[in-house]
Amino acid sequence: MGKFIMPNLQREKIESYLNDGKRLDGRKADEYRELVVEDGVSKNSASAIRVKFGKTEVLAGVHLALATPYPDSPDSGTFMTSAELHPMASQQFDIGRPGINSIELARVIDRGIRESGFIDMKKLCIRKGEKVYQVFVDLFAINDDGNLLDVAGLAALIALGRARMPIYNEEEDKIDGYSETERIPLEKDVLSFSMTLHKIGNAIVADVSKDEEAVSKLRLTVAMGDNDGKPRITAMQKGLAGTISTEDMETILKLAESKWKSMFPKVKEYVFG
Amino acid sequence: MVEGLYKKREDGRKFTDVRPMKAKVGIVPSADGSASFETGKTKAIAVVRGPRTLHPQHMQNAQTGILRVSYGMMPFSVEDRIRPGPNRRAEEIGKVTEWALSSVVDLSGFPNTVVDVFVQIPQADAGTRVAGINAAALALAHAGIPMKEMVSAIGVGKIDKTLVVDLDKYEDSLYHDGEGSTDIPIVLTSRTKEIALLQLDGKISVDEFKEVIELGKVACDDILKVQMDALKNAGDSTNG
Repeated sequence: MGKFIMPNLQREKIESYLNDGKRLDGRKADEYRELVVEDGVSKNSASAIRVKFGKTEVLAGVHLALATPYPDSPDSGTFMTSAELHPMASQQFDIGRPGINSIELARVIDRGIRESGFIDMKKLCIRKGEKVYQVFVDLFAINDDGNLLDVAGLAALIALGRARMPIYNEEEDKIDGYSETERIPLEKDVLSFSMTLHKIGNAIVADVSKDEEAVSKLRLTVAMGDNDGKPRITAMQKGLAGTISTEDMETILKLAESKWKSMFPKVKEYVFG
Repeated sequence: MVEGLYKKREDGRKFTDVRPMKAKVGIVPSADGSASFETGKTKAIAVVRGPRTLHPQHMQNAQTGILRVSYGMMPFSVEDRIRPGPNRRAEEIGKVTEWALSSVVDLSGFPNTVVDVFVQIPQADAGTRVAGINAAALALAHAGIPMKEMVSAIGVGKIDKTLVVDLDKYEDSLYHDGEGSTDIPIVLTSRTKEIALLQLDGKISVDEFKEVIELGKVACDDILKVQMDALKNAGDSTNG
């Protein structure tokens, strides 16, 4: 991935606006763009959806396939996330092998889902030690206007929430399409989603645009889930070379908590609705 | 009509009917040109980026810009997940698409540059390469890339002894009775009706093949109308 070159004038403008608590697109520093979710991207998989934050757009699909379990967890299904930051989505993405940005994105999202126990892997066992379901989440960036990580993370959750259970044909040992009514087993209580916050100039900014992302000094992704109505941190990832001061950390956590409170009910509705 | 085993299409279409089509341009805001094209349950999107400087430098042509096409099916586009990234089938389809489109674009005004076309299939029900070419031609026009003519693409096939336009997946892959199924993707230029792409696997007589081309011409005229409407509606937010 090539570097997005940002003219100094633009950088100064973005930073000076933010010092006054404003952004070039009229949003407040902590304001997210509108979340749009659409169904029906593909009928050929367990689910496939489109998620947009403003102009940033990601498709996500879920597939279930038959697999052999890992020797150390013979009664658990397996799980894999892949992400394509396709050159379709941005001038900066190259074709060919996935670059470090798609790898990081896929790994952060994969870990978040895996470690939280969101998918009930035990229920995806068909025959212990022999046959389990493998769950694939495939993410595909269509248009990058910043904050792909949060958009892709939500897309993965929503696609999993809507994924249909496959119909297993035991006689022929294959999958015969997907159930119309049954969804894949999920631990609804552990749902958590991630919010990526950036430091630009002296401000902490949520849901950055492409231009803002290019002038960011550091980013921190904070995933939070529900603990009796209160947000609880479930995962974190710091990106870029900058360091986080104690003061900035306070601001970031406060912002993440308040955003979580306002967004969680809506996210839950989209995932399980 | 030739006597054959295949007498009626499952979805009720006439043998010469293209599936219901939908086309739209301007679907990817950050791109120079973009379009979607659907026929039945097959959906294609295409994005154009360029003309932009071509790297590495030794690939540059001082006489003209070059067209570079990639094609891919999204992992969730079919029932058996496709591993993300290039594979042999995708590479070949990208190349034949590139040849088809190169025959109409004129990049002589943009030496040393490349115009990238990215074709992707979110949902497949046969005929993905022709849907992809229809989307790609639209995206190129939307990007304002000079084109001598528009192109339209269609798959014409033979199922047992019956000639059929725009095969769906059942007709293309799952019908094995009699002489089986032959699919013939064709790309025709809009004015001169010349052939810009042609592939064929199967069995077909010379006379039948000539008829295939004629059926292709009729179908491509229908497709061209849908493409031109999409271009006329560019920028109209109520479109699609």
